[in-house]
Formats: sequence, C-alpha cells, structure tokens
Amino acid sequence: MTLTIDAVHEGQHLTPLTYDVTVTTVVLGALASRDWRPMHHDHDFAVNRNGTKDIFLNTPNQAAWFERYLTDWTGPKGRLGRMTFRMKGSVFPGDTMQLDGVVTAATVDGAGCAWADVDVTLSVDGVVCTTCAARIAIPTSDDDNPWTRRGETWRP
Amino acid sequence: MTPPIPDEVVKLIDEVQYEEPAEFPVERGYVWNTCAAVENGNPLFWDDAVAAEITDGPITPPTLLSIWMRKHRWTPTRPSEGLALQVHFDMKQKLGLPEAIISENTIVFHDPVRIGDLISSCQRLRSVSEPKTTKLGTGRFWVIDVEYRNQHDALVGVESYTAFGYVKAGAE
Repeated sequence: MTLTIDAVHEGQHLTPLTYDVTVTTVVLGALASRDWRPMHHDHDFAVNRNGTKDIFLNTPNQAAWFERYLTDWTGPKGRLGRMTFRMKGSVFPGDTMQLDGVVTAATVDGAGCAWADVDVTLSVDGVVCTTCAARIAIPTSDDDNPWTRRGETWRP
Repeated sequence: MTPPIPDEVVKLIDEVQYEEPAEFPVERGYVWNTCAAVENGNPLFWDDAVAAEITDGPITPPTLLSIWMRKHRWTPTRPSEGLALQVHFDMKQKLGLPEAIISENTIVFHDPVRIGDLISSCQRLRSVSEPKTTKLGTGRFWVIDVEYRNQHDALVGVESYTAFGYVKAGAE
C-alpha cells in the first residue's frame, strides 16, 4: 500500500491503535533501546525509589511506538522528518494504551517534497500521557519516493 | 536582583562538547528487537527486497537514532556506566540546580542510518534562560542539541532537549 499526499487532508483522523501493555512490553522496549535504567525493569526500584506505581515505558520506546503508528498509516515510503515529544504521564503494565492521530497540515515544500503534519497522542483511559507532533514525508505519486531525497531536497 | 549566568556556562554556549564515536557499529539485532517490541511490521525492516527497492538496502528505524550512542552497561576498560547527555548533568552541577526534568524533546531525521554504520555524536549547549519559577520550583531552562553523524561525516539526525533545572519549591 502506498499512501500519496492527494489522499491526505487537514483534519483527517488516523485509525486508533490500542495495545495492552505488559511487564514484557516495558522490559523488551527498554532493552531494545539500550536503556538499562532500573525504573524500566525493576519494580522495587520504580516503586520505592522513583515513587511510581510500577515500572513504566521509556521515552525511546514510546518513540518507536509513534513511528510504528505513523508508518502503519503511510506504508514503507513514508519517511519521518521530525518528531517533538512532550511527556505528561507514564504508561504502566496493565494499562491499555491508545494512539490517536489527526492531520494538522498537508503541504508540499519548495523542493517538491510532500509533508503531512500529524498530532499523535498516547493515552490511557482517556488521559493523555505523551503528545507527539510529527512531520512525515509522503509520496506525491506512486512514482515518488521520499527516501531518495538528500541534501537540499530534504528539508525536515 | 537576578543572578547572572556564570561566565563558565556562557562560554560553553554553541561550543562542541563530548564529541565521540559509538562503542559499536549499527547492527540489525536492535532493529529486529525494536520492531518486535512495538510489533512494527514495516517491510523496510523485514524484507531485503523491499529495502533494496525503496531505501537502496537495509536501514534502521529512524527513531532508533540515539540508541547507537548509548554506552554498554559494562566494558573491561570502563566498569562504570557512562552518562548519556553529559552536558545536561554538567548544567545541573554548574548552575547549582539539583533537580532537572526534560520538558521537550525534538528529533530531526536526516540521512538514513544503515547497518554497519559507525555513528558519532557531539553535544552543544544552545541556550540558558533567565531564572524562572514553575510549580516544580525556581531554576533555569536550558536547550542542548545532540548532533549525530555517520562514518562519512554525513548528518543523520539532531536531537534537541529542553530541560528545566530547579531547586524544589520550598527548599530554596
């Protein structure tokens, strides 16, 4: 599937993604992102030193969840240009997290690269834990491929 | 009167610090582990034919950018764990602000990172604010950029961290 920019418009909602978070989700995500800090694998440390209710998803792993969510939508030709995160709360084992996204702009830059700006939220029980403002390049046609852009033609 | 930013901190603004290569080359195990952790089925990372067609060979998920610079938990020559974002910890110490949070993190992605690349990074303090008081306490915001390059000196990404270092409210 190749999403092209003509199928993207401001206000468009992406299909939500829900996922039941387990201890394994948190630990696997932390170790895959080389994050050895104990609050992401040691329950006792998280509770008694950090004062949180359990271990929790680390930020690099949340970034990977956001990337997966966006490229599930765009297909493999979607190329991330920029992401800005704001952390507001934590995601714990036992939570069902939900990712939602809405397109805030669909534009073509001066180099001819098409972009979708997407506001993505990760929430639990309707409470937003992390926001991500993402900018992702999307082909202008079936023949276009943002991954071929370099230097002056890539303006993320 | 507002205390001035210490001269030793002003002199560091925009200076390259902690320029260093990664401790290991980019490898595919982390690509697969990360994709497995988030159930990312993007064929770019699982199907070499798709990667050859779209990205001229296998690449890594862009959001893995910073992990290539994360230090091993232990090595024979460095028994203690190295700190990522050392400039952040330096700022806490130099400004006398014992607590700090990262309030915002932006990642800008440039050339793709490929299997076998050796990534290097450097850190730059970009700015330090005047004293501010928030619900956490009184302190200063600072912005740190981390620039990542591959072995060909091509820019592969820049991370920008906005931090707030502070003394807890009521503890001043």
